[in-house]
Amino acid sequence: MSDSLPIKAGSLGHRSGSLKRRHLAAQLFKAMCIAFTLFAVSVLGFLIFQVGSDGLPWLDWQFLSNFPSRFPDKAGVKSALYGTLWVVSLTTLIALPIGVLAAIYLEDYAPASRLTRVIEINIANLAGVPSIVYGILGLAIFVRFLGLERSVLAGAMTMSLLILPVIIISSKEAISAVPSSIRLAAYAVGATQWQVVRSHVLPAALPGILTGIILALSRAIGETAPLIMIGALTYVAFIPAGPMDEFTALPIQIFNWASRPQAEFHELAAAGIIVLLVVLLTMNALAVLIRYKGTQK
Amino acid sequence: MTLLAASKNRWGEAILRQLFFLCAFISVLTTVVVIGILAVETSSFFAEVSVVDFLFGTQWRPLLEPKAYGILPLLAGTTLIVVGSSIVALPIGLACAVYLSEYAGDRARNIVKPVLEILAGIPTVVYGYFAISFVTPGLRVVFDDVQIFNAASAAIVVGIMVLPMVASLCDDALRSVPSSLREGAYSVGATSYEVTARIVVPAALSGIFAAFVLAVSRAIGETMAVTLAAGATPNLTLNPLESIQTMTAYIVQVSLGDTPSGTLAYKTLFAVASVLFTITLAMNLLANRVMRKYQEVYE
Repeated sequence: MSDSLPIKAGSLGHRSGSLKRRHLAAQLFKAMCIAFTLFAVSVLGFLIFQVGSDGLPWLDWQFLSNFPSRFPDKAGVKSALYGTLWVVSLTTLIALPIGVLAAIYLEDYAPASRLTRVIEINIANLAGVPSIVYGILGLAIFVRFLGLERSVLAGAMTMSLLILPVIIISSKEAISAVPSSIRLAAYAVGATQWQVVRSHVLPAALPGILTGIILALSRAIGETAPLIMIGALTYVAFIPAGPMDEFTALPIQIFNWASRPQAEFHELAAAGIIVLLVVLLTMNALAVLIRYKGTQK
Repeated sequence: MTLLAASKNRWGEAILRQLFFLCAFISVLTTVVVIGILAVETSSFFAEVSVVDFLFGTQWRPLLEPKAYGILPLLAGTTLIVVGSSIVALPIGLACAVYLSEYAGDRARNIVKPVLEILAGIPTVVYGYFAISFVTPGLRVVFDDVQIFNAASAAIVVGIMVLPMVASLCDDALRSVPSSLREGAYSVGATSYEVTARIVVPAALSGIFAAFVLAVSRAIGETMAVTLAAGATPNLTLNPLESIQTMTAYIVQVSLGDTPSGTLAYKTLFAVASVLFTITLAMNLLANRVMRKYQEVYE
């Protein structure tokens, strides 16, 4: 008789034991996920601690105002700071208009054609191309073919190509988030397409666009490989006076110091990293602030 | 009808439209130029070195005599970095994503997400420094025969570097699974582990797969951390404790010296870059295609 029952004798106890096991497994799984997350988060702490303890003793006014030197005591990041400033300024001038206008085209102007699809897929793929490939492009086209040599301009043009996909993708997102009712209302009272874009779409999308641009520029500040490829000098004891001058940049200076065997230079690299991270974190904070102000409206 | 037409020809509008198109078209031009340069220089490289020697040669010594141009040692170096970084980044990244999408409350999310974003924004040269100043000394405490420059140290920091990307893409994929699927499973008594492992993760599998492919592609293209920490010894080995050289690190090594254009050494840059570009492009195309597919399923 008992064989025909769907639940066998004693199986209830077994089931509750199994239930206990299942809940235990769930608990363990949750604990594992939390532990891994904590690990990932604590890496940032480790990193900052390591860099801080190595580099902070070297960080003073002299470090910021001296040129690089063979003697660790006298070495500084002045030329690297100015070089980075030059490259980022020129990159902004080149990449910002092109990126935003391209995003406007793709969101508001482009027909639903094959070519548009090709452009969109192409941009998504360009965003994943290794930065060193952009460096090769810069070396072959800007440095050698156009004869710009190892100038700030060659560096900025290479960087611009590198961050264009990032700017276009984030600007597109910001523009597509503008409700179509705003566009339709403007068209309804007779505005032309450019008037709609300039007076209504762009102002509404501005916080999102700015956030994307700041994040893209902070990527440009940290990129090292493309600048090494185009031959940005590692020893530059002057400040670039114009876009055709040779230059060095913060990440290159850091790479140069970190690749030397002496411990003092490693600590200088750490001090340089602190300067770099302070710049980047300030930009990130700015981006977060703009995003926050933008969502408040 | 005439009332609805524009009162005059608006040439400005048409010109702006063309200008905007040009800006968007620059991206296509970039791709065309990259492929063009790589193709031209690589084919002139193959005029001097045979394709078979390049793809199957086991010695990479393009700068010293006797010269040899087999890319396998560089591929082995890159493979070590990819495998090592995947062991770090894929499980931890997925676990972070599961925590963020299935367990974390708003407050934890608002802490973890920005921290991951900061980690993702840290320049790779900083990770390189972290590898030589922290990870390598640590490894040398644990293992006996660790060389000063070694693949393991670089692989670990590259893993940490791509982890935020894996976490954020997997998080997106998991969150795009409709909550009705979860609620259905919970309502028949499944535990959170069963819901995650048997319902949510399988449903998001294509997105997770795309995230993994993109992570591997990033690791292949990573340059500064491997240049600083993994060494400059083309080495056909699978021992992660030895010094190796990746494709990217070789490209940096050559460009640090002053290599005149037209020489064979200059052309090796493009031959190696072609291999790098082809592999990463194929992976990115695959990942983007898979991602579009799963977005279509749930949106």
